[in-house]
Amino acid sequence: MDKKEADKELLAIDSGDMFQPYRWSVGKYGSKFLLELKENKKLFGVKCPKCGRVYVPPRKVCGRCFVAMYEFVPVSDEGEIVVCAIIEFGFVDPETGKQRPVPYGYVFVKLDGADTALPHFLDSADPEKVKVGARVKAVFEENRKGSIMDIKHFTLI
Amino acid sequence: MGKRVAIVGFGQTYQRSSRKDVNGVELINEAVQTALKDAGLTINDIDAVVIGNMDHFEGINYVDMWSVEGSGAVMKPIIKVTTGGTTGTTVAMCAYYHVASGLFDRVLAIGWEKNSESDTTGAIITAFHPVWERPNLGGAIAGLAVEASKYMHNYKITERDGARVAVRERLHALNNPYAHLHQEWMKGMKVEQIVDMLVGSEQNQVLAYPLRMSDMCPRTDGAAAAIFASEDVAEKLAPIPAWVHATANRHNYVYLGDLDWNVNETLRDSSRKVFKKAGIKEPLKQIDVCELYLPYSYAGLKWMEDIGFCGPGQGPKLVWDGITDMDGEMPVNPSGGVMSSNPIGATGLIRVGEAALQIMRKAGTRQVQKDVNFAFATGFGGCSWADVMLLGKNKPA
Repeated sequence: MDKKEADKELLAIDSGDMFQPYRWSVGKYGSKFLLELKENKKLFGVKCPKCGRVYVPPRKVCGRCFVAMYEFVPVSDEGEIVVCAIIEFGFVDPETGKQRPVPYGYVFVKLDGADTALPHFLDSADPEKVKVGARVKAVFEENRKGSIMDIKHFTLI
Repeated sequence: MGKRVAIVGFGQTYQRSSRKDVNGVELINEAVQTALKDAGLTINDIDAVVIGNMDHFEGINYVDMWSVEGSGAVMKPIIKVTTGGTTGTTVAMCAYYHVASGLFDRVLAIGWEKNSESDTTGAIITAFHPVWERPNLGGAIAGLAVEASKYMHNYKITERDGARVAVRERLHALNNPYAHLHQEWMKGMKVEQIVDMLVGSEQNQVLAYPLRMSDMCPRTDGAAAAIFASEDVAEKLAPIPAWVHATANRHNYVYLGDLDWNVNETLRDSSRKVFKKAGIKEPLKQIDVCELYLPYSYAGLKWMEDIGFCGPGQGPKLVWDGITDMDGEMPVNPSGGVMSSNPIGATGLIRVGEAALQIMRKAGTRQVQKDVNFAFATGFGGCSWADVMLLGKNKPA
């Protein structure tokens, strides 16, 4: 029996499409951030009282110092690309369940005033422009729902 | 002070893109039987089992429960650990801790995966935060591509430099019958010639710029098992036991955007920790061979710097000079590494096992032609946390 014949006798059973819905708690700081984004298109971080690091997205504990953080500081909707990629490998978007159109820019943006970076889409897939150090600005959705996707994408300045 | 511990047996399955001839239990059993045979033991000699994989890849939870007939753990102590990409190195660490505690003499560590059973990117996405990261995540490859973007930017690294690592891994894999990728067409060609072909070929598809198909690890089905034994029995079981000199791991972030992409901090610090414990001051000179979890080509440059084998930006020179080739001063990945075979839950344990084989001088056609006193193995989960383990020929002090 050759390999092809043998493979016919080795079965694999498909699961079919599966969907398991969840309901994730965002927490006080996260909720405040998403509501502020939705209602006012404003972004903020949380500052560590010990090391001074400003975290975006906001959170309650600075892991490095292991202290609680209480101070909200505004951050800009503009910033700098820290790292980037141009995605050409298509896969199913977990948000929509549909194949995401490629290519697209994928960037981590250090917003002015923040010490961590926010990952997001960039509206360019040009390797000459999608570069570490490039300046970008957030583009907001018209109809915002209280999600990180209320930022539609970033755009090169 | 705990017991000294050595690896006395290792087994792995043949790794292929799809092992439809076996289900999970059978795949696990294949590796376990091979490891037991290698150590000259039966399952009755095993005191405890540590097993791991990434549940989301197969969509079946509780492997510690449902695999007992294959793992040999029926009515034995068994614990599952799942740490993502590092799962295989973490099962090794946990088996080591079990034996070092003095509570168990012979512990079986198992790592396995059937990546063929699901969409790897879809499964990996579930490891990222659903509110802050998942909606716009660039997929499994993107986290590595962005690290490459920063490294290339910092040190003017070229695509040829990345390809040089890929060529080393694939050439080494030709010596390893267990590896998944055997790129026979590379045989007999000059390294530079293959590098030029890889960076110049349109067929070598860009997946996430700057990464092409040849820069990435494959998705693989496979399993591995290693037996850790205490100093009370190790020398009776193996002519040359592979002693564990030190192990460490580090995690450092909540969201990917928190990372300082200039340095692989977890790998740097866990490496420093074990080198200090083992008295290694000049890693490149004192370590004889490495099995590093390098999931993509540029890791073979940047992470060499982070481990401490060379200075910042010096990775390409180290690799182009041939120092990490099979016949170099410090061969890296004689097995062909992760870029030639990646059954994710087994991958880290294969690094540890292959490092052990080099010390035990049982690596067959991929045995390095030099004395091996120290062999260094790493695990990567990501991005980007690290497990490391340093094995040695001499019994630790």
